[in-house]
Amino acid sequence: MYASLVPTSAEMIRFLPELILTVVATLFMVLDPLLGRQSRHVYGHFSILALLGAMAAAVYVYRDPGAAFSGMLMVDGFATFFRVVVIGVGILTVLPSYRYLDREDAETGEYHALLLFSIVGQCVMVTANELIMIFIGLEISSIASYVLAGYLRDDRRANEAALKYFLLGSFATAFFLYGVALIYGMTGSTNLATVRRAILGGSLGSAPIFIGVAAALMFVGLGFKVSGAPFQIWAPDVYQGAPTPVAAFLSAGPKAAAFAIFLRIFLTAFQPIGPGWEPLVWVSALASMTLGNFAALTQSNIKRLLAYSSIAHAGYVLVALAARSNVGTAAAMFYMAAYAFMNIGAFAVVSHLSGKGERYLKVEDFAGLGAKQPGTAALLSIFLLSLIGVPLTGGFFGKFYIFKAALDSHLVWLTVLGLLNSAVAAYYYLRILVMMYMREPGEAASRIQPLTPGLRAALVLPALGTLVLGIFPGWVLDFAGRSSVFVR
Amino acid sequence: MLMDTILFYLFAALVLGGGILTITRRNAVHSAIFLILSLLGVAGLYLLQSAEFLFAVQIVLYVGGIMVLFLFVIMLVNLDQAAKEKQFNRQWTVALACAGLVGAEIFYFLAKGAGAFQLAKGTAEANTGMGNTERLADALFSQYLLPFEIASLLLLVAVVGSVVMAKKRI
Amino acid sequence: MNAVPLSWYLTLSGVLFTLGAAGFLFRRNIITVFMSIELMLNAVNLSFISFSYAFRRVDGQIFTFFVMVVAAAEAAVGLAIILTVFKNRNTLNIDDLNSMKDEYQPAQPEEASETAPVSVP
Repeated sequence: MYASLVPTSAEMIRFLPELILTVVATLFMVLDPLLGRQSRHVYGHFSILALLGAMAAAVYVYRDPGAAFSGMLMVDGFATFFRVVVIGVGILTVLPSYRYLDREDAETGEYHALLLFSIVGQCVMVTANELIMIFIGLEISSIASYVLAGYLRDDRRANEAALKYFLLGSFATAFFLYGVALIYGMTGSTNLATVRRAILGGSLGSAPIFIGVAAALMFVGLGFKVSGAPFQIWAPDVYQGAPTPVAAFLSAGPKAAAFAIFLRIFLTAFQPIGPGWEPLVWVSALASMTLGNFAALTQSNIKRLLAYSSIAHAGYVLVALAARSNVGTAAAMFYMAAYAFMNIGAFAVVSHLSGKGERYLKVEDFAGLGAKQPGTAALLSIFLLSLIGVPLTGGFFGKFYIFKAALDSHLVWLTVLGLLNSAVAAYYYLRILVMMYMREPGEAASRIQPLTPGLRAALVLPALGTLVLGIFPGWVLDFAGRSSVFVR
Repeated sequence: MLMDTILFYLFAALVLGGGILTITRRNAVHSAIFLILSLLGVAGLYLLQSAEFLFAVQIVLYVGGIMVLFLFVIMLVNLDQAAKEKQFNRQWTVALACAGLVGAEIFYFLAKGAGAFQLAKGTAEANTGMGNTERLADALFSQYLLPFEIASLLLLVAVVGSVVMAKKRI
Repeated sequence: MNAVPLSWYLTLSGVLFTLGAAGFLFRRNIITVFMSIELMLNAVNLSFISFSYAFRRVDGQIFTFFVMVVAAAEAAVGLAIILTVFKNRNTLNIDDLNSMKDEYQPAQPEEASETAPVSVP
């Protein structure tokens, strides 16, 4: 009985990425009083080193996949893929944060520590194989994100963002938990594979209606976390009020992790009742795409516009979930990676242009950027074209595979409506492009600062990623395809 | 047997009465007091279902910790004015949906009777003759070791987060 | 053996959860809204304990334990956020938190500098 008390070394190694991040983040707490305010970039450097180490560890531990800690964790291809994505999102968030925190005079060890903790939470979420573990990971990620959203706590907008994010996030958590409770009651377990077996084996105690109720409750909770309609209300306010690098992080990292658990729970545990929940996802996907794209058309604030666009993109990924196939899962995985690159890149440009105190956030403020800083404008063009889904960018293949998966699963109407939606979306992204290249420089473009090394990396790396995924999508997609099989 | 039933109804009345008053009182201090009442009722129900350890944790952590924190914050902010303002949103559609949901729940269980919810079979643990706390600790430090350790990380995040929010200078 | 069937406990838990959700949606005072979330979490805990008792197993109690830990962490961070909001705005009414919705109007130059954050100590 006590043999399992001490984890084996193989189990500890499967947990290595999280350990690295936790140790470094805890170290920041010790370093904070020791370091003066002069050496403030140290935290950023350490964060990047830790994240690179964690990413290497995540790839390394995939050589020996398997379960760990009495089946709490499951290191498999799917988990490894999303671990790399969320850690990569972390790196791409730290890079523009250097300049941002300098500018706002707000660099502290806590910012970086919370960012690392949030990533640890997301890593736990995507590796977890058990509902309670998923829940704890989700909470670590969320609580750190609430604070990060309100990090500039003397800013009224940041306060409001943090509060709204916190209240609606906790509300969603309660729904998710109630679903977990019902699942536990019906199947006697919270392990995803066991739950699936119980549903399949018909050893359920009660009427199947409770499984449906549990799936619906968890759908509500996860719908909030991925900002899918009709649970998207918080997203525009939170993205607008949060510091720009944090908004970029929220739109990519926690969202990717939330989608990972969404896929894992619904395609493992709830896979046997798929025909039951498919209409829910179908409606939510359509509503997210339509609502996101049409609301984005009228936005004048660029962060709000990107928030609505992020809701629309969540809709595309939900289409992949509605397909309920391995092709769909692979497409969703690919899309989250491509989306992380292009969206973080776009937010990094916004952070660069907005100036101290985030003063310039109107779409009109992009006027003349092409003349003043051609390099930045060219990189932003890549991100915007990828968000539209133009060929040779990651966004194109992402959309292509998602709609292909939907067609394979005979979701013809959803595909048609999704494609129409992409056409609508092109309008508001093109508006920014026109503004950049066809207008005289305005106040914002004339006051723009030269790029710092950190910002340059924060723009060039995502652009490279977007192009690589757009030109050589093959091996990423292969890996995703091989990892999309949950049930063995 | 009869004693159990009486206690159940007593605690259930405490839970529901406290809950209703929590969400309807104007004054936030009153709301908090009634929430404490409701939480005590929940604790009593834990005891009825022989979860002695959780009964203690509920009182120490929830009533003694979290609710005191709430009361501190309510005292820190000046809520005299808030009590005079309008307290409710006029969302009648949502109200109807909620009332309908409660009605449906009660109706479902009343219609199906006591056996409405049957359990999965054959999952009971062998009775090892250990006490509640002992069994809990046993499971916590063997099968649920990782969640237990990770939960401490969660508390660390909460501490750091609160410090960031309360610190003099960012 | 308990004389009260599991279904009664579940009904109670369901009603309590709905009460909490209703409080979250209707109340305007942020602190009361947050208390409603606590009600919802307690409803979940009650379900866990009831299942655990019916199964004669302890893992449901362990889940309750974790939910309590999470509730404590959430309370600490949430109340800290609520305090900073109160410090900046002097109100705790949810309807007053709308500084971002109305930005569709063409902005005046003064407005831009007014909404700029004051992160200078």
